[in-house]
Amino acid sequence: MTIGRVLIANRGEIAVRIIRTCKALGIETVLAVSAADRDSLGARLAGRALCIGPAASSGSYLKVDTIVQAALGSGADAIHPGYGFLSERADLARLCEREGICFIGPTADQIEAVGDKLRARGEAEAAAVAVVTGGPVGDLAEAEELGLRIGTPLLVKAVGGGGGRGMKRVDDLRELPETIALASAEAGAAFGDARVYIERLVEKGRHIEVQILGDGEGGVVHLGERDCSVQRRYQKLIEETPAPHLPSGLRDEICAAAVRFAQHLRYRGAGTVEFLVDVARKEFYFLEMNARIQVEHPTTECVTGIDLVAEQIAIADGQGLRFRQDEVHLDGWAIECRINAEDPARDFAPSPGVVSEAIWPKADGIRVDTHIVAGAHVPPYYDSLLAKLIAHGPNRASALAILGKALAASRITGVSTNIDFHRAVLADPTFAAGGVDTAYLARFLARAPSLAGS
Amino acid sequence: MSLTAKDVAEILKLLEESAFNELVLETGDLKVEIRRGDAAARPARVRERAPAVQPSADIQTPRAKPVIAPPPGETDVPAPLLGVFYRAPKPGEPPFVEIGQTVEEHTIIGIIEVMKLMNSVRAGMRGEIVEIFAQNATLVEFEEPLIRVRTVG
Repeated sequence: MTIGRVLIANRGEIAVRIIRTCKALGIETVLAVSAADRDSLGARLAGRALCIGPAASSGSYLKVDTIVQAALGSGADAIHPGYGFLSERADLARLCEREGICFIGPTADQIEAVGDKLRARGEAEAAAVAVVTGGPVGDLAEAEELGLRIGTPLLVKAVGGGGGRGMKRVDDLRELPETIALASAEAGAAFGDARVYIERLVEKGRHIEVQILGDGEGGVVHLGERDCSVQRRYQKLIEETPAPHLPSGLRDEICAAAVRFAQHLRYRGAGTVEFLVDVARKEFYFLEMNARIQVEHPTTECVTGIDLVAEQIAIADGQGLRFRQDEVHLDGWAIECRINAEDPARDFAPSPGVVSEAIWPKADGIRVDTHIVAGAHVPPYYDSLLAKLIAHGPNRASALAILGKALAASRITGVSTNIDFHRAVLADPTFAAGGVDTAYLARFLARAPSLAGS
Repeated sequence: MSLTAKDVAEILKLLEESAFNELVLETGDLKVEIRRGDAAARPARVRERAPAVQPSADIQTPRAKPVIAPPPGETDVPAPLLGVFYRAPKPGEPPFVEIGQTVEEHTIIGIIEVMKLMNSVRAGMRGEIVEIFAQNATLVEFEEPLIRVRTVG
């Protein structure tokens, strides 16, 4: 192991999560913190905490030069970017390459290949991975011709978007030119990239993603799929592995497609290839690739017994893949709930503040990834994720039972949380039956308006 | 076990608020001894007590950091950004400022380098420099006190 000290350029639960694995591996940690996170749990657990800038992330967690300077100045030989913030910024990866710092993640070129949604679509096609019918639109005549071929409903998507941002639905082709003009103007303002493309809208789809690890030389293994269809406005709330009621033939095809895509890129590190499964057509299409560790990675860790952060570090360290595909065994079922500081009764408005009491469950089959202890501050500047509760059982029913008990045993005061909302979803027979589509949660909220205000 | 700067600050605070003059903490292979200096003296700083409490040795780059806020009439000039602090314009040249020197708002007290980009740091206040905390060519954090000024006006 040549990595001896890692600078962690992130905050919250993922900072704590990365520190935990580093400590287990005997690697020293330096945590970059903003002025608002000086007293966070991560800052206390890290070997050293370095204040990199003010609370606003534009002056701290998003500053590439400052992060690299902090790594150089604190003697770190590697940077772990976590998720969000700079994790998928090619300029950070490139600056690390230039300064001789090991970037724990893919190459800058790979980040660029998947960061541009249109280019990623092209890479998928080149890897013989299905994409939703559609494509780029140069001029209006081209757009109208493609629109006719696709039919309605269709989506106008921003090339620089992703995660649900920069998408517009078109139900009538006469509205297409106007929608494209509007979407392009908005995309230019929001992402600095006015390019848009159009795709057929899949009315009933499931979000299925595949965890992969690549050695950067073309070697790729997958660690099974995750079903993240329980979403509110494209924000994932509950994730599980394996995906319920997914025909095994389809599952194998999806995992093989993910591996093919990553092999095509000669992908290095941990990544996730996201697919949309068209429930009606029993087909799947490439959505995008996330070139980083993901929030929901612990579910995969539970069923595989593999520490993904440790594998990220090993790959960055040049050790390649430490197991073959046939050595990956999936054991049981894992389900994760994202506990957010938000108020379901006020349309899920963020609820920053000081946590006065924090009780997390401790039981067999329960894992809690969190940075929240009594007295912790939940600053208004960042996302509202407080914790991830992950239940692992021999089957889905047992995992759900463990998770239900864990939610009931969790107690957070001082800020509002969505804990009770999760309990209500778990108690819903439709969710309990498994295999819901991405519009499920919106329908659930419409059925149970008391849960989301009125 | 390891000890963070924050732990040390908390231990110091415990001692300061107690009636004791000495504290010895021993756990496993780690031993921390802290003794009160002149009880009536001005705020102690970690630098003065550092030899007794240096846990994760090599990870703590040399830093001098006041633990306690400046007394009335004195103000610290904080680092406006994280980077490498230089006291002089170039190696071998005299420092921008020294203890005892008076500064104006616009007086440059040092340079902070962020990835080859040099940022001048100005005093931002008028007065006399009573302490210089930041050492030359070391990493300073955002808002880390660089110098202490006895302010006028």
